[in-house]
This record gives sequence, structure tokens and C-alpha cells, in this order.
Amino acid sequence: MSSADTNRGWYKRNEIAITPWLFLLPAMLFFAVYVIIPIGQSFWISFHQWDGLGDKTWVGTANYERLLGIGDQNVDRKFEVSFWNNLRWLVLYLLAIPAGLFIALFLNQTVFGIRLYKSLFFFPFVISQVVVGLVFSWFYLPNDGLFDVITGWFGIDVSGGVLGNPNTATYGIIAAGLWPQTAYCMILYLTGLNAVDPEQVEAARLDGAKGRKMLWYVILPQLKPATFIAFVVTIIGALRSFDLISVMTNGGPFGSTRVLSFYMFEESLSEFGFRMGYGAAIAVVLFFIMLGFIVYFLWSMYQDEKGAR
Amino acid sequence: MKEAYWEDTMHSILKTSLATLVAAGVTASSAFADGHALSGELKIISDMSNPAPRAVMEGLVEDFGALHPELEIDLTIVDREAWKTQIRNALGANPPDVVNWYAANRMRPYVDAGLFADISDLWAEPEFEALASTKGAMTLDDKQWGVPYTYYQWGVYYRKDIFDQYGLSEPTTWEEEVANCQTLLDNGVKCYTIGTKFLWTAGGWFDYINSRTNGYDFHIALARGEIEWTDDRVRQTFANWRQLIDMGAFIDDHQNFSWQEALPFMLNGEAASYLMGNFAVAAMRDGGLTDDQLDFYQFPVINPDVDYAEDAPTDTFHIASGAQNVDAAKEFLRFVTSAEVQTEINGGEALGQLPVNANASIDNDKFLEQGFEMLSSNANGGIMQFFDRDFSAEMASVGMEGLQEFMVFPDNLEDILARLEETRQRIYQ
Repeated sequence: MSSADTNRGWYKRNEIAITPWLFLLPAMLFFAVYVIIPIGQSFWISFHQWDGLGDKTWVGTANYERLLGIGDQNVDRKFEVSFWNNLRWLVLYLLAIPAGLFIALFLNQTVFGIRLYKSLFFFPFVISQVVVGLVFSWFYLPNDGLFDVITGWFGIDVSGGVLGNPNTATYGIIAAGLWPQTAYCMILYLTGLNAVDPEQVEAARLDGAKGRKMLWYVILPQLKPATFIAFVVTIIGALRSFDLISVMTNGGPFGSTRVLSFYMFEESLSEFGFRMGYGAAIAVVLFFIMLGFIVYFLWSMYQDEKGAR
Repeated sequence: MKEAYWEDTMHSILKTSLATLVAAGVTASSAFADGHALSGELKIISDMSNPAPRAVMEGLVEDFGALHPELEIDLTIVDREAWKTQIRNALGANPPDVVNWYAANRMRPYVDAGLFADISDLWAEPEFEALASTKGAMTLDDKQWGVPYTYYQWGVYYRKDIFDQYGLSEPTTWEEEVANCQTLLDNGVKCYTIGTKFLWTAGGWFDYINSRTNGYDFHIALARGEIEWTDDRVRQTFANWRQLIDMGAFIDDHQNFSWQEALPFMLNGEAASYLMGNFAVAAMRDGGLTDDQLDFYQFPVINPDVDYAEDAPTDTFHIASGAQNVDAAKEFLRFVTSAEVQTEINGGEALGQLPVNANASIDNDKFLEQGFEMLSSNANGGIMQFFDRDFSAEMASVGMEGLQEFMVFPDNLEDILARLEETRQRIYQ
């Protein structure tokens, strides 16, 4: 070690190594305080029985046993319903991606006033989910609602109204959710289409590609980044569906439209809730479901980056 | 227009000054009796956030402040729905002195956690004998944890003009009730409107049919979890209820509506009556029904062997156990429950409900008069606080969901009862 080195201060000597950490520190601190530590606390609380006020009682895995029906008890029916509804949301919400792509392709042209049409199509994503929920619940109203009037022309009558019938309520809410989600996917694809290389399109055209083949083999591969992002936001949107359910049915009729996030809220924070331990257990289960998707996304992003290098 | 405005202003000025005068008269004596003036700060958090109650609460603070000029009163008004979850945090660290809440089992979590102060000494004072009728609802573990400030009756509000049209009279027995209903249905009018989207309205029907079928004591024992949901007596309640459901007595698709959204059916004459709390009267009057068209009857007898029991939910004030200014808080509770203040805040212009003090007078309103009469002389079975206040929170939420399902799919009863029983065994083990 040369004498010049020892004369410099400790920070100066380690500057290269330390500076990045200094820049990262605030973000890491906040991420820890607001994300990592609360996740740990949720795990901790889920092993207790706690009303949020008094002392916590350690119950081990009892909350999970009740939730999943381990031992001599039945699986918690509300949990079962919520879980299947979550799956319905996941699968059907993905329809927003092709729908968004279709509208984006349709709007990706230069005619008079196209900006206006684009903004009108984007409009549902801008307004609050609560408003979307309200509008759709009026749309679905039995007897007076537009939906009921239209289906009435075809002699179809949904008993109890779309949102009042346990067999249709969840689908009704998902349809409402698809409206803004489609707009979101549309805007992602519109920006993606701007980046499509006109030379490749030109070359493909010279080779005689058109219509469906052009879309499938030339345009779509170039839209892959947009598709990936649309996929991510849609999956996450489906898993955190909460406001629409709360506004449109409040989990009803008879709890048939609950999803895990709503059930978690009901158990732990609603008017008749404050079973923090049980709510936390649901949160943990939801966390692992989400974690599965997040790991998959991170992994495929990592693969992409590796491929690009 | 201008004159009307002037008259209005004068009227309100007169009213406020009168109110202050009256209030001043009342508590001046008790303040003197205390021998020392109240001072310091009194922190109140109230959930009286709707327009009329808010004005009442602000008026109360103003009048109380005028009586105790040394006292600095800090009033915070929180949204009524939000308060149901915020109260936990509010009572935790740095609690206020006085808070609003509800009677009966709804107090339980805060009493158990030691967040409400025991005010049995206040109830031992002679003035509180006038509040005896509500003492039971404020008592847990043989101690009193708060004071009531208002309550209201439940009952069947009906369209008198429709009843007259078909020659019906107020039923007093279940047979008459069912016969009336059949006549209405034959004429294309639904018997009852109801909106069960937020579940609790179905709880009202259960309270009444169950207490009329099996009596108050049975109902409360069920609420305490001492009786199985699969008990034959509970089944009898549902069988009686089912009679109405099978007739098609309730409006269709009620699971889509809130209680307010169910009102138009009654206003339009598509349904003839509504089992509701007295707060619905204001909404019905706003909807255009006159007092000639609207009337009220007590829920009829089902089982002649049991006494009438009535739903009459009570709203309350409590002192936090961490209160800094207990003297002032207690004085405020005395003030709120005094006969004069009770008369004033429950008047038709203010809350439009029933005063809790027996010496208070009822406003000149036919629904309040009938309600008071009913509760004071014809509710020998007992006073229920309502399904979601008598039953423990978790039982209430699972229960009300089951009741809603029963009203739509009565055939699911076995499954519903099994589910409720499973919940009962888990909660009250």
C-alpha cells in the first residue's frame, strides 16, 4: 500500500464501493419500512389471534388450518369462494389484452379527429374505478337497467338481476373491470405500434404478407414488450380487484363475489371485522399467489435481458 | 321571499337563544352543586356527521361551553361510517375525553380492552333514575359504560291510503298480517319493500319474527350464543318467515338495493309497507308522502304466549378510560341526558327521535308519539338493540349474510343453518 493511499481519507479510498450504496440507501430504507417489515409483521400476526386492541394470543398455525380445512374441520367456505373468484378474475381479465390490441390496431390510422377517438377510448381508464362501478351497477339494475332491457328483447331474464344472482354477479363485475383495463392495454399497444419498424412492414409487404399473417409474424413479435407489460398490469389488476367489488356488490349476494383481497379486508378491517390474525393469514396466502406471478415476471425479464446482451 | 327569509332568521335566532336559556337554567344548578367551576380542555370526538345530527352536536357544545366559560371544548366530528373503524385508533394513544358509540354488545371490545371508563357512579346519582329504561343496554359485567342520548323505534311503516283503498286495517296478529298481505298481492301490490344489499335490513325482520315467535329471552340467549341455530325453535322462526317469502310478499331482486333504493317502491305504491327504523320517516316525507298517506303499526303478535319485544337501537356517549378531564366529561354526560336537553335535541327539528330521559317531552309528531307510547307501555318483553348490536360482530356478519340468502333462496335453509351453527360453535367456544 503506497503512502499516498494511506494519506487519503477512508471515504476517499472506498468511494467507488460506497457511493452506489449511499444512493441506494434512502430507497432501501423506505422499501424496508413500508414493504419488507410489514410483510414480516403480517406473517407474525397471522400466527396469532388478535382483535387489534388487546393482547395477541399465540395460536400457531390454527388460522391456516381453519382457512385450508386442515384437520377435522371443513375448508373455510368463504375462502374457497374467494379463491375461485380470484381465478375467474385472473383468466377472464386477460381478455383485456386481445381486446386492447384490437382497438389499438383499429385506432392506429390517420383520419380526421383520430386523437379525439383515441382519448374517448382511453376515457374509462382515466375515471375512477368507483365511478365505473356505479355506472355498471346502474346498467345492470333489474327492470330499469339498460342491460336488463336489452336482454329482455331476446327474452332472457337474469333472475335477481346480474349483480343479484350469485351465478352471474362475479362475471358482471369482471365485465365492468374489463372496460377500463381494455383501455389501459390499448394505450400500451398504441405506443408499441409507434415503435414498429416501417421498413420491416414494407419488406414483409414486398414478400406478399398481409392481413392475419402480417399481424402474426411481423407486427406481434415487435409488440412483445408491450404485450409483456400488458400481461403484467392485467394480472396484477386482477389480483387486486377490490374497489369494483366493494362498490358494486359489497361482496354479495351472500358473499358470492368475494375475492381474497376483499375477504382479507372484511375479516380484518371492516365494520364487523377486527380478526387481525385471520385477516393476516389470508393476506399471506394472497402474498404467495402474487409472489408466484412476480417471480415468473422477474425471471422472464431476466431471460430477456440476458438474451439482449 | 325576503320576508320569509327574515322570518326564518328570526325564528332560528329565537330558537337558539331559547335553547341556550333553557340549557343554562338546567345545569347552572348542578354546576353550583359541584362547588367548583370546570376548567381545562374537554376533547370530544363525535360521529354525528349527517347534517341534522351535526347541527345538534355543535349546538350541544356551544350551549355547554356557554355554561362553563372556563372550559375549552375541542370538538371533532368524524364521518359516521368511518368512525366505526377509527374509534379503535382514537381510543388507543392520546384518547379524547368523550366519544360517541352504540349500546349493548357493540361496547364489548372496548370494555374488554379497558378503553371505556366505568361510569357506574354516575348512574348511581338520583337524576339517572329517569334513564332507567336504557340502563340494561348500557350495562356489561354489571357496570355501566356510557350514557344514551337518543333512540328510535322500529315498526311497520305503511301506506295508509293503499290500506284504505283495499279496506285493510292495522293487523295485530300474524293471521291478520298474512291475510292483509294476500289481499295486497291479489291486487298486484307487494306487501313489503326491503333492500338487503347491505344485509342489516334482513336482520330487522329476523329480530321481529324470532322475538315474536320465541320471545325476548330466547332471542337474547341466541344472540349470546347459548342456543344452537339448528334448534327447532329457530326453525319455527324461519318457517314463519318463509310463509311470507313463499307468498311473494317482499319485492323482487331486493338483494340489489340499499334501504334507500328500496324506498321508491313504497313511494310509487308498488309496495305497501316497510319494516324500518323511525329514521326512514324523514326520507319518506322527503319523497312526497304526506302524514295522511303514511302511518305506523307495531309488528303483530305471532305467538300469543310471548310479550312484545321491540327493536330500539340506542346511540350513546362514553368516557375514554384515558380521559384527561374526567370531571368535565361526566358533567357533559349529565348535561346531555338532562330532561331539557333531551327534549331539545330529540325534537322534530333536530334529531327527530326519542328522548332517553323519562321526564323529557316528546315532540309533536305522530310517529314519535306512537313510538314512545309503544316502547314505554307495550314492549314488556324487552328492548332489543338490533341484530348487529346484540349479536357478536362475527356472528352478526355471517348471520346477516345467511338471512339475505334465506330471503332469496329459502330452500337453502339447511345449509345456512349448518353454516351459522358452525360459526357459533367456533366463536362461543
